[in-house]
Amino acid sequence: MASLYVNVVIQGLLTGLIYGLMALGLSVIFGVVRVVNFAHGEFAVVAMYAAFILFSRLGLDPLVTMLPIAAGFFVIGYILQATLIQRFVGRPETQQFILLVGVAIIIVNVLLMQFGPDAQPVNLSYGFDSFLIGPVIVDKSRIYAAVAAVAVATVLFAFFRHTRTGTAIRACADNLTGAGVVGLDVKKLYALTFGIGLACVGAAGALMVTIADAAPSLGPAYTLLAFIIVIIGGLGSMTGALVGGVLIGVSEALAGFILVPAMKSMFSFALLILVLVLRPQGLMGRRT
Amino acid sequence: MSSCIRSGVSRRHLLAGAAAIALSAPAIVRAQTPTLKIAHIAPRSGYLAAPGQACHRGALIAPKVLADYGYRVELMHVDSETNVDVARTQAERVISEGASVIVGAFESAATLAVAQVCEQRKVPLVVSLGSAPQITEQGYQFLVRNFQTNPQLLANGLRAIKDLMAATGVEFKKAVYLHANDTFGTGQRQAMDKTFPTAGMPFTLAESIAYDPKAQDLTVEVTKIRAINPDLVLIITRAPDAIKLVRDMVRQRFEPKAIISPGSPGLYDEEFYQALGPLADYHMVNIPWVNPKAPMTQALEAAFKTAHPNNRFAADCFNVGFTYEAILIAADAFKRAGASDGAALMAALKTTDIADHVIIGGPIRFDDKGQNNNIASAVMQNRNRVPTVVLPKEAAVMAPVLPMPPWQGRT
Repeated sequence: MASLYVNVVIQGLLTGLIYGLMALGLSVIFGVVRVVNFAHGEFAVVAMYAAFILFSRLGLDPLVTMLPIAAGFFVIGYILQATLIQRFVGRPETQQFILLVGVAIIIVNVLLMQFGPDAQPVNLSYGFDSFLIGPVIVDKSRIYAAVAAVAVATVLFAFFRHTRTGTAIRACADNLTGAGVVGLDVKKLYALTFGIGLACVGAAGALMVTIADAAPSLGPAYTLLAFIIVIIGGLGSMTGALVGGVLIGVSEALAGFILVPAMKSMFSFALLILVLVLRPQGLMGRRT
Repeated sequence: MSSCIRSGVSRRHLLAGAAAIALSAPAIVRAQTPTLKIAHIAPRSGYLAAPGQACHRGALIAPKVLADYGYRVELMHVDSETNVDVARTQAERVISEGASVIVGAFESAATLAVAQVCEQRKVPLVVSLGSAPQITEQGYQFLVRNFQTNPQLLANGLRAIKDLMAATGVEFKKAVYLHANDTFGTGQRQAMDKTFPTAGMPFTLAESIAYDPKAQDLTVEVTKIRAINPDLVLIITRAPDAIKLVRDMVRQRFEPKAIISPGSPGLYDEEFYQALGPLADYHMVNIPWVNPKAPMTQALEAAFKTAHPNNRFAADCFNVGFTYEAILIAADAFKRAGASDGAALMAALKTTDIADHVIIGGPIRFDDKGQNNNIASAVMQNRNRVPTVVLPKEAAVMAPVLPMPPWQGRT
């Protein structure tokens, strides 16, 4: 029986790392641009479809196409921020909300028109395989996706910590006025940040399709999931997003196993309420 | 002005007359219309979009097939977005826009919401799919249902398992019941709790596990099932969940003797076959199905083939069949009533007696509660990615295979 618990925790941990990468994009964008991307989950689903198309047409593994998809999403994010979202920076949050909800609705409906409502699977050669480690069984695709998620997150952390552009973006997040005073091109850095945020979503979406089928209806669920994770981890905190993802993944899995599986999602919300009551800034967030 | 005085008609009379004509116009138009205006409500988007779209395909081909049988109907197609509130408001809208009958709404919760609207507006609702018992237990006067109730689905489904064991000589000792926690799944669970103890099944029901159909995967659920180690897994799912379930079972190397749905969709949807390929084979579903030998089914299949030449199946036998048949019921009532007002249509619906139809079973007739109790169930087994009748013997195309072959080595 103990091995089953270990199994559940490992599965939750691996899933949580992918969730964390997806939420990381949301956290990065909010932490710097101060715009909450309400189309976040929908972008993740677009990435899932991109991975699905590249797999079904060219036979390319999503673990490989993750990089070009992330690059493509970076460009989309950069252009979107520079041409559309920048106009809403500093405007009332309700306007930002309506704008991005509008983008989300457009994405879902375009996907529905293009691909229909059916879930589109990526049937990888190892998609049904698993590793047997003693009595513990862990599926291969989940391990590969989680390792890739950790790799992407590590690169992102290194970028923000060790590059001049990363440092400049962090400066914008910490002190916008100061960043402007020292001559940083804030608009360009905002566009870069949005691009990086979407690149994270692109990579996460490509990884997600290895463990879940692409379907237009997943968008709002992923947006909500990303929100729960970043609020638990701390809005704007990159480490918090990963920690929040793992926490949600593991706690959902354990709650489902010990209590009732149907209560998995409810447990996420319970955790969210608990964090909001006891530590409103999130586990890793800074008090403002 | 003077002419008005002479004729005894004032401007006030004229205005009142015009208003009266304007107000009565829709009723006049409705009474004189030669075709029946039917609104078909189905979840064509949202997480039930796939079966909802299948229902929609049935509604799209229905007018042409029915025209050949002398019925004239005009369809209004409505998307309930897998949302109960949307279903309710859309029902209000289509009635305001002249729908004389509503057909739908696939989801039990949405069907109940639409039923309330229909009852208030005195517009008949022909339930095409929706099995929650309360649909016909709440005393609605403007509702009939051409679908099995949850207890009927389950009782027939369990009976079919006994037949299956007798036919194959395979015995089950322990079962786990996995069901969605939506209205349909919960209703099936309640029916199972009530039916199983008295059904005399030769195996025990170790546990019932509810899952959230919006969950990303069913890893935890499968781990929980694995801990119980049943040889039979009974499931109440939709296609996306059935895919997740089988995928996680394969990944966790869990192989029961059989996975059987005692009366739910999921295992026979194209989405399921596409996602799982050979792993979709040998699962079983005990549900009502279209009768391939009925002449009307053949007409329906021909129309379906013309409209959807790339579809692998002769027809999406379950969703298309029931949607078509509900529209047939409404059209037949209209033909007999000779009017499209709610009361006349409802009176005709209550005396429905249609022998020539598409779903396996006896004539379509409704009891006092508006329930058709003549719908039968068949045992379907997926063979070469096609839902195939394996029982009862008189309708079987192939013999059932039990236990199902191992996951590994399937091609």
